[in-house]
Amino acid sequence: MDYETLRLIWWALLGILLIGFAVMDGFDLGTAALLPFVARTDGERRVAINTVGPVWEGNQVWFILGGGAIFAAWPPLYAAAFSGFYLAMFLVLLSLIMRPVGFKFRGKVKDARWRSFWDWSLCIGGIVPSLVFGVAFGNLFRGVPFGFDADLRFHSTITLFSLLSPFALLFGMVSLAMIVLHGAAWLNYKASGAVAERAARAMGWAATAYTFLFLGAGFWVMQAQGVRITSAIDPNGPSNPLLKTAARVQGAWLQNFSDHPLLWLVPLFAIVAAGLAVAFKRRPLLAFLMSALVPVCTIATAGAALFPFLLPSSSEPDMSLTVWDASSSKLTLGIMLGAVALFLPIIIAYTGFVYRVLHGRVSEESIAGDSAGHY
Amino acid sequence: MDIVELSRLQFAVTALYHFLFVPLTLGLSILLGIMETVYVMTGRPIWRDMVKFWGTLFGINFAMGVATGITMEFQFGTNWAYYSHYVGDVFGAPLAIEGLMAFFLEATFVGLFFFGWDRLSKVGHLIVTWLLAIGTNFSALWILIANGWMQFPIGARFNADTMRMEVTDFMEVMFNPVAQAKFVHTVSAGYVTGAIFVLAISAYYLLRGRNIALAKRSMTVAASFGLASALSVVVLGDESGYTAGQNQKMKIAAIEAMWHTEPAPASFTLFGLPNMKERRTDYEIKVPWVLGLIATRSIDKPVPGIDELVTMAKTRIKSGMIAYDALDKLRSDRGNTQLRATLDAHAADLGYALLLKRERADVQNATEDEIARAADSTIPNVPVLYWAFRLMVAVGLWMIALFALSFYLSARRQLDRYRPYLWIALLSLPLPWLAIELGWIVAEYGRQPWAVEGVLPTFLAVSSTSASNVLFSLMGFFVFYSALLVVDAFLMLKYIRLGPDAAIGRTAHEEAA
Repeated sequence: MDYETLRLIWWALLGILLIGFAVMDGFDLGTAALLPFVARTDGERRVAINTVGPVWEGNQVWFILGGGAIFAAWPPLYAAAFSGFYLAMFLVLLSLIMRPVGFKFRGKVKDARWRSFWDWSLCIGGIVPSLVFGVAFGNLFRGVPFGFDADLRFHSTITLFSLLSPFALLFGMVSLAMIVLHGAAWLNYKASGAVAERAARAMGWAATAYTFLFLGAGFWVMQAQGVRITSAIDPNGPSNPLLKTAARVQGAWLQNFSDHPLLWLVPLFAIVAAGLAVAFKRRPLLAFLMSALVPVCTIATAGAALFPFLLPSSSEPDMSLTVWDASSSKLTLGIMLGAVALFLPIIIAYTGFVYRVLHGRVSEESIAGDSAGHY
Repeated sequence: MDIVELSRLQFAVTALYHFLFVPLTLGLSILLGIMETVYVMTGRPIWRDMVKFWGTLFGINFAMGVATGITMEFQFGTNWAYYSHYVGDVFGAPLAIEGLMAFFLEATFVGLFFFGWDRLSKVGHLIVTWLLAIGTNFSALWILIANGWMQFPIGARFNADTMRMEVTDFMEVMFNPVAQAKFVHTVSAGYVTGAIFVLAISAYYLLRGRNIALAKRSMTVAASFGLASALSVVVLGDESGYTAGQNQKMKIAAIEAMWHTEPAPASFTLFGLPNMKERRTDYEIKVPWVLGLIATRSIDKPVPGIDELVTMAKTRIKSGMIAYDALDKLRSDRGNTQLRATLDAHAADLGYALLLKRERADVQNATEDEIARAADSTIPNVPVLYWAFRLMVAVGLWMIALFALSFYLSARRQLDRYRPYLWIALLSLPLPWLAIELGWIVAEYGRQPWAVEGVLPTFLAVSSTSASNVLFSLMGFFVFYSALLVVDAFLMLKYIRLGPDAAIGRTAHEEAA
């Protein structure tokens, strides 16, 4: 396999891992974000928490693996994105740290204030990452001010507040609405009683919000400045972002769509899937599968628009990171592809097994009295 | 403090903190597997109660391990951006494979371990418990393969086109002898931690005269498992010493505070007061031959001293300057094959020239004074390493003695007979954590000034973010982690005091009825 093909495969795998994270961890982030709103009594909250209790930990590995895979396959992106978005990343880490302890510690003490504290921690732990990941994507579309010196040392003038532009915040809201919809669809499928009913109502609100926000973000991107490579591209060249030129061009993020009009189906499916999720809410599994399609199509839309850019620079567009100049060596990409091809099917198989063992709705009766197992 | 010191402090704080929970997870997961195996084989419910009780404490600890581990996966990018760029091609792969092969397994089955008791058959649940334990241990394997490469960077070379290290032979990275020795040493230390945890808390129950049947059985398992593990820690610690003797001579010399090369076989200093300024060790008590045997497995090879190693570093810095000069010229003359040949010939010493970056940007023009200062900077903090190592070894030997005694008493069925023994077992509870944190300090603080031994100095490896950002996150982690530690300790003590009956809950009452 040549270097170009490996890079393309790893670009697709990056998307698949992000989608895996948004679909799998998305529903438990969404469940946590909705927790205080769809579940009011302690019994109801335990129902909501126990729908994700046995599986959220495995789901979160998609996030950890996403980080590891970016490190292994796209080291310059790993270095630039995480150090550039330093404080945003710190916020995400803190809110994610609250989740394992929140899930585990909440039920360990029978005290209303103790439980309420962890409920809100879980809620914030669901909202903040959903919002920040959207904001991060917004900043990819907007471009961030960074460059490299001759030793390829990254430098930037990014601050937390420069990341929080209205444009990027709109993307954050798209992401939050998408995750909330997915979480509501999960609760509608897996919870029971009042929790499931309130979740079903939340689906309608979330899908409506998602549709308008997604369209709004799309129209704003059309007006925004994208980046386009202006020198010859060597898809097999060394991973060094100093060897090309690029320019900021208005509407550049629509270039791939006008070159390949079939791509328009991807954002269209995103909106249709959100609508179908609501339409099918009386057939909960189908509705959940539809809501899972929303992050799939949303992330695919962003990827299709940005390709081949991974991290566009607004201050020094020449130094933007692209698929062609920000990957690992050919050997590492090949080894990592082998590892993914070997382990990903195994992971999917045993994850499927776990979900099958845990089939069935969670109700207050099904978790009553059992102090050892359930949260 | 500048950004380098702040970043190092943050990494040390978060890694040492994460490492409070990981070893216990490693040890308890295997102990749970052993106990549940006995349950499935004998069918005696008390063994299932043991799995459920120790499993409850395992769960509280596991949550903390996962929570603090999230930081570690991303901290290389946030705080060590140049490191991530410079060695990500090598270092990232084991981290990603850890996620694929180990962490997914561990995190997926930990849910079924707690929630699956009523939904799985006996054997089904046993398999889940072992998959959890295997996932946990594989996780340690890949992390130590990554760490082993930082100590002994083989299977990679510098690429001038991409300004970074790239993999040339992944098998060498995977089967790195340092990584193998460190893996067994570290997981054994984790097993000792798990064993002491079970031993000490069971001793507490015996002292209070409660839950005697469960406590005695738990102690019996812990005693034999702990004895085997403690012996393995020391033997494999010796293996680590030997492999470090091959490639990290400076670390060995610093641990020994050995300023000058000694005639073979080198002696081991049992006690002394290392003096960094004057470069000598006062009041030494020496044991002949021992160091030579540990570090070289021979009686005729010398172990080089710090002064000689500094002289060797000077030579390597000068060779590295030639490499850097060629690299610098290549930037404007990318096709020049002669420059590439010069660079390749001296590439192994390029990292040593980078030590000069602290003195000046154009390192190829460094003066003799600057070279001498850079060579001196290869000496790690001798007194800290000297004492951390000795304390760690002392604790290790104490563990062996304690487990040997426990094993003897359990074989004679006299575990609950001697109260002083039970007190000693209980009071030994914090010791494995002390040894483990000291071991981390010896391995990682002893690696300084390198992020990757001989390849990349730590001060170059940091991100270009602002020092105030790092100060802010450092304080945030400090406050946040301290609060979590208080909650964790509170819950642990609460559930230890409540004891097995509460943890087993309804099931026990049903059986009683």
